[in-house]
Amino acid sequence: MEKVLTRDVPADGSAFDIKRYELAGGYQGARKALKMTPKEVTEIIKQSGLRGRGGAGFPTGLKWSFVPGGPHAPHPKYLCCNADEMEPGTFKDRLLMESTPHQLIEGMVCAAYAIEADVAYIFLRGEYFLSAERLRIALAEAYEHGYLGKNILGSGYNLEMHLHLSGGRYMCGEETGLLNALEGKRANPRTKPPFPQISGLFGKPTIVQNVETLCNVHHIINKGPEWFKGLSRSEDGGTKLYGASGKVKRPGLWELPMGTTIREILEEHAGGMKEGLKFRGLLPGGASTDFLVEEHLDVKMDFTEVQKAGSRMGTGTMIVMDDRTCPVGFVKNLEHFFAQESCGWCTPCWSGLSWAEKMLASIECGEAQEADLERLAYICRFCAPGNTFCALAPGAVEPLQSALKYFREDFERHIREKRCPWR
Amino acid sequence: MLSPEERREIEAEFEHYPHKHALTIDAMKVVQKHRGWVSDEALKDISELLGVSVDELDSVATFYNLIFRKPVGRHVIMVCDSISCWMMGYDRLRDHLVKRLGVKMGETTPDGRFTLLPIVCLGTCDHAPAMMVDEDLHRDLDTEKIDSILEQYT
Repeated sequence: MEKVLTRDVPADGSAFDIKRYELAGGYQGARKALKMTPKEVTEIIKQSGLRGRGGAGFPTGLKWSFVPGGPHAPHPKYLCCNADEMEPGTFKDRLLMESTPHQLIEGMVCAAYAIEADVAYIFLRGEYFLSAERLRIALAEAYEHGYLGKNILGSGYNLEMHLHLSGGRYMCGEETGLLNALEGKRANPRTKPPFPQISGLFGKPTIVQNVETLCNVHHIINKGPEWFKGLSRSEDGGTKLYGASGKVKRPGLWELPMGTTIREILEEHAGGMKEGLKFRGLLPGGASTDFLVEEHLDVKMDFTEVQKAGSRMGTGTMIVMDDRTCPVGFVKNLEHFFAQESCGWCTPCWSGLSWAEKMLASIECGEAQEADLERLAYICRFCAPGNTFCALAPGAVEPLQSALKYFREDFERHIREKRCPWR
Repeated sequence: MLSPEERREIEAEFEHYPHKHALTIDAMKVVQKHRGWVSDEALKDISELLGVSVDELDSVATFYNLIFRKPVGRHVIMVCDSISCWMMGYDRLRDHLVKRLGVKMGETTPDGRFTLLPIVCLGTCDHAPAMMVDEDLHRDLDTEKIDSILEQYT
């Protein structure tokens, strides 16, 4: 299969510098884009069917088309790269930033041009020190070679691009929380509407897009939407960075055609379960997705098919649970994370998630009652979409509600035996 | 008082944002880089430079995981307690660190050498369990590896 995003990842762990990047055909997509009109660039991305790789899967070209364009549009306009990557189980964007930082910069130049942005920020999680170092070097190289700054490649287009290192909080990965963080505030979510495309960073039109999404953009411009669609094994175009962590033989990250089945990722690429362990379930795309179990192994990992199976593809990086890991302890760990990282802005989230964490702790240590399972199910309904300000709480209860569905007997056994059977 | 170097580093970021207010986090990180943590005194100095109230700066500082409002040791150990690391042996590693350093999570060793903190997912789940000491990421850990890692930091 053809690799796109990871084709040029150096095997020795180094970064692909600008010389090597240019020799491999780098910045050709940007050169091509800058000869088109911004509308033409957006149209190509729309035709390709590229959907956001940060988890939500919103069509990228459509998102761009909401930004006001033309001579009367408000300026400055902003492009923000969401490189926060703080969801447990997710580890895909780090590779792209550490190994091929120019790929991200080129994608951002094309995206920024399409929305006629004046300034772009890379919002990077604070713990990614190596990514920060390599992006800083790559940004300096890109300025030096005329791919950023004034009159890029003689096109008349100007773009400034800056790196922002986060102070660290999961909420920063939420689109509007990220904008507040960039403005130097607490990363609370904002009310929508207005949507960021109209009134975003500093009150100006803004697009926020994930690293992996942006890294696809210039390839599509270079080779066309039909080529991009052809890379896939499903309706959603392109390739995807899939990963697996947990007790599999070969945890890792692989670029594969969109729509590769869970079974293929798990068995062929991750090597199956470690010796002596059995598969019990997995979260297909990070900590905020519903469990899938044995019956779902032949599901294609794409936005539509995983949703049909009752979960979300999310980031495409799977967390695999074996038969010797306690499902109650597993979801307790997740709810601890979400309760801790809730920004506290709305009641279902700050109250509901810490309540869920405490109840799971009481189940785990044998102090709970049968009725507590109904209370947990109530919290899941309490935190459902529509009841909260942003998607943190609805995402947080996805693993919990599905654990109650698929591993109910394990919860009941804890209550019945008044202990954790795994200890 | 902010040192000339701290002031210069913060002011160098002014041109990247349309308002000084946007620099609250960057400014605190600059101070923390030089002093290890952000004191009340430092907040006052940053407040004067950016025109942001001390209260607001404090509310921002306490929101973010990577800004320390209390003194920390010479080296900060951040142990990932998120799901993949938890599955792959976080409890064992945490207990080993707590025993070996003689402190609880959140505390600093009496000699000021290490501060031990939990951290959410370090984004290296395929090499779990993991921890970060200062800016160095350590992966695929076991208790023996931890012992030799600690020796690298004086």
